[in-house]
Amino acid sequence: MNWLTTITFNHYLILAMLLFSLGIVGVMLRKNGLIVFMSIELMLNAVNLVFITFAAMHGNETGHVMVFFIMTVAAAEAAVGLAIFVALFRNKETVYVDEAADLKR
Amino acid sequence: MEAFVFWVFAILAVIGAGLLIFHKNPVNSALSLIMTLFCTASLFVLLHAGFVAVLQVLVYAGAIMVLFIFVIMMLNLQRESLGLRRNAFKKALAAIIALALGVKMALIMGAQTLPRPELNAWFGSVERVGALLFTEYLLPFEALSVLLLAAIVGAVMVAKTRV
Repeated sequence: MNWLTTITFNHYLILAMLLFSLGIVGVMLRKNGLIVFMSIELMLNAVNLVFITFAAMHGNETGHVMVFFIMTVAAAEAAVGLAIFVALFRNKETVYVDEAADLKR
Repeated sequence: MEAFVFWVFAILAVIGAGLLIFHKNPVNSALSLIMTLFCTASLFVLLHAGFVAVLQVLVYAGAIMVLFIFVIMMLNLQRESLGLRRNAFKKALAAIIALALGVKMALIMGAQTLPRPELNAWFGSVERVGALLFTEYLLPFEALSVLLLAAIVGAVMVAKTRV
């Protein structure tokens, strides 16, 4: 039971991978566009965890700077994406992604 | 001690992610995502990334998720039946991706890990990360401010006009 008591970097990588795949499943399976969007945030967060893990592994702070940048881009993405959902709801009274497939012929 | 803290926050993070995907009510989904983000912030502290952990709680769990909850409550989404897509192809694709990631996980478990390097006490502090941000990464940093401005203008324009 050594793996239970000694935490290596592999533990953090496996946790990040679990969170990332849960995010993928959320994007694939849910219809509610807002929850799809939150799943994308979850995937970004898992990638942040990988960056921080490798920063600690190599003793290099560039990973922290990358996480800072990813957070800023996520904030910008959230602002624009939520504005799109507000506009979508105003026009079609729905946030379900499969009811908004207007570009499909 | 580190093992105990790691397991508590890792298990809570996975539970929060699962609740995010499989909960009917979008507000509860948002709250469980906040739990996951907070738990990952705690894991950042374990990895000597104090500055990023504080940013995670303030910016991610604070500002961005408040925006999400504002929009969910403004749209006043009713409690729905669990809206899963009834598409066999999508489910098959999800299963294949999960399988591939499982194989990857087995590979990671078998891999050798580097020993923990000796990090000095200032690793990941505001001074060190800030110095890196304002010297080596100054140009991307300034470009990000332009990106944020564009995002603000774009969000206002998209949400304001009736198409």
